[in-house]
Amino acid sequence: MGEKITYKSFGDRAILIEWKAEICPSISNNILDLQQKIGAFENRNIVDTIVGYTSLTIVYNNPFEDYLNEIAVLKKINTSKDIGHKKSSFTWEIPVCYDLEFGIDLQEISKVTNLEISEIVKLHSQSSYRVYFIGFLPGFLYLGGLNKQLFFDRKSNPRLKVAKGAVAIGGEQTGVYPSESAGGWNIIGKTPVNFFNINQDSPCFAKAGDFIKFVRIDKNEFLQIEKEVKAGSYQISKTLRND
Amino acid sequence: MIKVLKPGFFTTIQDKGRFGFAAIGVPVSGVMDGYSADIANSILNNSLDAAVLEIIFGSCEFQFLCPTFICVSGGDFSPKINRKSIKLNKKIRVSKHDVLSFGKINYGVRSYLAVSGGIQSEEKLNSKSFYKGITKETVLKKGMKILIHRNIKEVVITNASIKIDELHFNSTKINCSKGPEFELLSLYQQSLLFENTFSISKDISRMGYRLNELIVNDLPTLLTSSVLPGTVQLTPSGTLIILMRDCQVTGGYPRILQLSEKAIHILSQKTTNQKFNFSI
Repeated sequence: MGEKITYKSFGDRAILIEWKAEICPSISNNILDLQQKIGAFENRNIVDTIVGYTSLTIVYNNPFEDYLNEIAVLKKINTSKDIGHKKSSFTWEIPVCYDLEFGIDLQEISKVTNLEISEIVKLHSQSSYRVYFIGFLPGFLYLGGLNKQLFFDRKSNPRLKVAKGAVAIGGEQTGVYPSESAGGWNIIGKTPVNFFNINQDSPCFAKAGDFIKFVRIDKNEFLQIEKEVKAGSYQISKTLRND
Repeated sequence: MIKVLKPGFFTTIQDKGRFGFAAIGVPVSGVMDGYSADIANSILNNSLDAAVLEIIFGSCEFQFLCPTFICVSGGDFSPKINRKSIKLNKKIRVSKHDVLSFGKINYGVRSYLAVSGGIQSEEKLNSKSFYKGITKETVLKKGMKILIHRNIKEVVITNASIKIDELHFNSTKINCSKGPEFELLSLYQQSLLFENTFSISKDISRMGYRLNELIVNDLPTLLTSSVLPGTVQLTPSGTLIILMRDCQVTGGYPRILQLSEKAIHILSQKTTNQKFNFSI
């Protein structure tokens, strides 16, 4: 590996581990590997780990007496070879209706970028997006891999209400609003799929390291899937990745 | 059961929060002033993880539908049982039909109501703490019934009450340590943080407290990374935001200070326009 990482205390009960400040899949993989190793280590004083684009934060239950001591332990875990049972990674196919009724900012993006709406939809639904981590709201996926042609600045005045399921572009990122909230991203479509459902055993189907592929559907398919999601019979299509 | 006769401004059920779900973006939540909640639970011999009601500025009313013991701690909003004053931080016996109400605000922002055995509401992701999208309810409403255990066994009532640290409500010193991006600040910006007195703005919630005073800021935003309850963020406009218990798990503003747990408790009992100093 040999990548340079730094360890520092973050308050009296958390340690922040940082990699080079660059969004890239290999750094993200290293972060997830270390998170996995720490999880396998079973330190009962560790209550959570928080993944960022280029950081991993270890949260402890109690203030530590000597943070240098904890850092030494974490460094040792990082150099250990035992990674435990590695989680499988999936590509999830998320149906999106890009009709103007839902994609309320498509015309604006088309005007500014000089791309036909059909071209925007094509570009957005042809990439696979890596899930770097989940934050902001329960079930909000930070996705990487947006086509440069679709980069579009956030709105200067955020909307007070963005609908649950809205698919949007914010700067160099794309994402899905898992619940109704305020938001400044440009809305290009809507998915009937739940990104966070507290009544399911695992409230969010995706995890860091998975991939998302958006699949274009029409309004009729949207309504049909919406019905199935409500009835609890809809299964999101997924494929196992072997990379 | 407890019946909610008047729900108050923003009364919620809280325990120590949910840990271990940052991976799906779920905030910690939990009691804002853990010091006061611990006192109430300790006096009733409850587990410190027992759920309590977090009451802001009183103005709510509850009726007990079964006998039990209660303890009110934290801010003093003149609690009364059947219109007769009761003491804070003391084990109080209540009977079926008794009504708990609040009156004049004497000090503090948040009061905690603990009941013998703890509040028995639904648990989601290992916690009873209210949070939108996680628990069915996000705030108490009129007519709601809250499940508690009936308790008539304990008969011994001592007159002793716990002595409360007055500094918990009076202190204007907020202890903190340097945040991960503290060293990116200029020496001048750093000195402003500790030489100036800060005050709390009107924009306060369980997610965070914005402060009135600005610190001129030219730091870039970060690649999104973790934030914790007690993290002090500096926004591009120079506003300081102190994140509280319901804060999101990640953020992109520089994290310049980190409050101690005790400082979060102390700040939880302060409100708009109250002043304090950061101390490192």
